[in-house]
Amino acid sequence: MGMEYIIEMLNITKSFPGIIANDAITLQLRKGEIHALLGENGAGKSTLMSVLFGLYQPENGVITKAGKEVSINNPNDANNLGIGMVHQHFKLIQNFTVLQNIILGVETTKNGFLKMDEARTKVMALSDQYGLKVDPDTLIEDITVGMQQRVEILKMLYRDNEILIFDEPTAVLTPQEIEELMKIMKELAGEGKSILFITHKLNEIKSTADRCTVLRKGKYIGTVDVQTTSKETMSEMMVGRKIQFTIDKNPSIPNASHFEVRSLTVSSKRSAKKAVNNVSFTVKKGEILCIAGIDGNGQSELVYALTGLGPIESGQIFLNGKEITKMSVRDRNVLGMSHIPEDRHKDGLILDYTLAENLILKKYFTPEFQDHGFIKFNATHTYADRLITEFDIRSSQGSKTMARSMSGGNQQKAILAREINNDPEILIAVQPTRGLDVGAIEYIHKQLVEQRNSGKAVLLVSLELDEVMNVSDRILVLFEGEIVADLMPAETTVQELGLYMAGSKRKEVVL
Amino acid sequence: MKTFRKILLGEEFNRATASIIAILIGLLVGFLVLLISNSAEALAGFKIILSGGFSTGAKGMGQVLYFATPLILTGLSVGFAFKTGLFNIGTPGQFIIGAFAAVYIGVTCTFLPAPLHWIAALLAATIAGGLWALIPGILKAYLNVHEVISSIMMNYIGMYLANYLTKSTIYDIRKAQSLNVADSAVLPKGGLDYIFYNDLGGVKDLSTVNSGIWIAIVVAILIYFIINKTTFGYELKACGFNQNASNYAGINAKRSIVLSMVIAGMLAGLGGGLLYLSGASGRHLKVVDMLAVEGFNGIPVALLGLSNPIGIIFSAFIIAYITQGGNYLQTLNFAPEVIDIIIACIIYFSAFALYFRKLLPFLIKKGRGDRQ
Ligand SMILES: Nc1ncnc2c1ncn2[C@@H]1O[C@H](COP(=O)(O)OP(=O)(O)OP(=O)(O)O)[C@@H](O)[C@H]1O
Ligand SMILES: [Mg+2]
Repeated sequence: MGMEYIIEMLNITKSFPGIIANDAITLQLRKGEIHALLGENGAGKSTLMSVLFGLYQPENGVITKAGKEVSINNPNDANNLGIGMVHQHFKLIQNFTVLQNIILGVETTKNGFLKMDEARTKVMALSDQYGLKVDPDTLIEDITVGMQQRVEILKMLYRDNEILIFDEPTAVLTPQEIEELMKIMKELAGEGKSILFITHKLNEIKSTADRCTVLRKGKYIGTVDVQTTSKETMSEMMVGRKIQFTIDKNPSIPNASHFEVRSLTVSSKRSAKKAVNNVSFTVKKGEILCIAGIDGNGQSELVYALTGLGPIESGQIFLNGKEITKMSVRDRNVLGMSHIPEDRHKDGLILDYTLAENLILKKYFTPEFQDHGFIKFNATHTYADRLITEFDIRSSQGSKTMARSMSGGNQQKAILAREINNDPEILIAVQPTRGLDVGAIEYIHKQLVEQRNSGKAVLLVSLELDEVMNVSDRILVLFEGEIVADLMPAETTVQELGLYMAGSKRKEVVL
Repeated sequence: MKTFRKILLGEEFNRATASIIAILIGLLVGFLVLLISNSAEALAGFKIILSGGFSTGAKGMGQVLYFATPLILTGLSVGFAFKTGLFNIGTPGQFIIGAFAAVYIGVTCTFLPAPLHWIAALLAATIAGGLWALIPGILKAYLNVHEVISSIMMNYIGMYLANYLTKSTIYDIRKAQSLNVADSAVLPKGGLDYIFYNDLGGVKDLSTVNSGIWIAIVVAILIYFIINKTTFGYELKACGFNQNASNYAGINAKRSIVLSMVIAGMLAGLGGGLLYLSGASGRHLKVVDMLAVEGFNGIPVALLGLSNPIGIIFSAFIIAYITQGGNYLQTLNFAPEVIDIIIACIIYFSAFALYFRKLLPFLIKKGRGDRQ
């Protein structure tokens, strides 16, 4: 007892209407360690961390710091105790600059005026020290998620926090960024800071964490030493069954060309260079075509152009032989285009609608859910209940749960259920497994393969090399808005793929 | 005990209670202002406010309903816009332009027979109000100009335009107000003349209230259905919550914003028509440089009604009741300006005190936590 643990959360219980999110959970954090928190989507990880950060008050349980009981009623209390948190969904102010966001709430002032210079010096020093590159004067809305995350980390360091909570920091990062982040976390732990780290990726736990606490459906399952515990054991503790890490799939039998893109060019908002430059490809029926590449090489613009959400400069798009280049989003959807968007909060969900209302977002106007302009609520809830069971969407109040209150992974599952259930002709899936637990990833990969087996076309945009290699039938590599390689997963290696993605290798692409 | 707590923490209860507590707080503040301005008569004055419309019998109650009518509509206007993510502060302009359109048709188009005449006048009011909101709607949707800024601008343009047009077309110089609308343009009584009158020795002293209140209630129910039950409402709300996701779902977000604003404007414009098509004893357009109070009061009405159309009916009644009581304060030694201040205090503090809605569950839980 006593000084061994810097933070102890003992018997923490926190419930929401309809669910006990944390049921007498205990978590003990040693000073200077990286402590992973593992659990399925909706297991209660974010809730537990929010309790530690003062966002929620537990009904039961005790929190101690260095052996002394503390009460954390709000994030300010947490901050005064040296606890900082990077949230699963960032909490930055979009139209403030990076620097303004970092110092927000702890501004130093002189005679009522902000002393920005001092703050700037300190921020830039921290940025240099840890290799957290940021542009201090750019607006948040103009920077990539990777940089937004660095801003969140700098926010904690700027406040001299010594207990750092990272809620799924790697879900939104590129493999390169993940590696950097792992390095930074180790460095911070080496300096004596204690880190709580939520992730669904067992590799990351293996490579960085010292110990790992596992939760399942709101209950504490155990804490293990990472060095001496296998990935399989950890995932079994978490899910309660064995998980298959690779998927069985037959070779694809590509059929007629189905979805075709001709000489697509999209101009860039930020520079004179084209975001997407003269890109052509086809996705055949019964094929999963994957667009691989490092984030920011034109994937977002490409997908926005294909789905009708963003402008194009020139080029043509065909679905089933029909030109859809100028069609509205609605018409494309009706024609059979499904889209799992990159940013679930921005595009994918109406957070203040219920789960049921979100599940009919693309179908509410069809006769199935609408009668003379009135929404058929019974049909809606029946439909929602079916998807909830089928896709194992966990929430506190079933179809009536507000999307906002659902866990990140379950929000993602809701989108997947909606888009896959539309029985699409072409499924455009951007990072579909972002934030999902291993069990759910397994399920979604199976679904993608099933779509393709039933003769549908799937366009998968992914940053995760494992996913790219495992799921796709064919890989196109996008680099600076251009396709630089057309590969078969069986005939290439992760290393080679990496070289193409980094732009250091290039193959003449014949289409 | 457990079920009791459940009710206390329940959403609906929490909502209704919060509104009631808010009104009580507003009244308390009003009482303080009474004390400060005239402590000797404060208590008597407070009693008058509380007895509101009742103090002058059935006719008084009728007057309360008459003044609640436009408030229901402007409250709906603000509440509807709010549900769809817009802040319609342009109700005074939409209201007065609607009122002018109604009165203009009411005075000039005398060739129309009875039901057609007032129906045409109400339609004109509705369309005029809608047009007045169309401009901020378009500015918001296509140029990203915040609707609050453009609506405030439209309020002043509307006020001066209504003044100018009234003076140059339908003005009664002797009475310094708009001419009476033709009898065929006065809203029918809708049976209310059998209830709301005072008997002055065999002579009926009728209240001004007319079927406008029925129309207001029907419109509120209609709006309730549109917001909650239709695909149209689903689309508008979706755009209010998240424009990106709406576009993603194939909803035309720009069109939805414009439509939301126009409908909000139509509601406020109709409110103007309903108030002013009320015969010689009713309201007349006056040429004064003041934004329509009924317009602005739509904001507290919507807040107290929590933007729920049915809630708005009740909150409009309450605010009309208190306002009416306030008017009777003139029988005591209160300056008219002080009366305005007192009423404004009650109304706006009530709206303000709605923050209690957030505090309520917190307070109950806190008390419970200590006991366990
Ligand atoms: N504010 C809230 N109101 C109601 N229910 C909530 C709220 N926050 C979380 N929940 C519920 O509590 C449970 C645990 O959610 P939590 O966000 O902690 O999961 P998680 O382990 O972080 O999952 P994920 O890996 O998907 O992020 C979920 O069932 C969720 O629906
Ligand atoms: Mg979470």
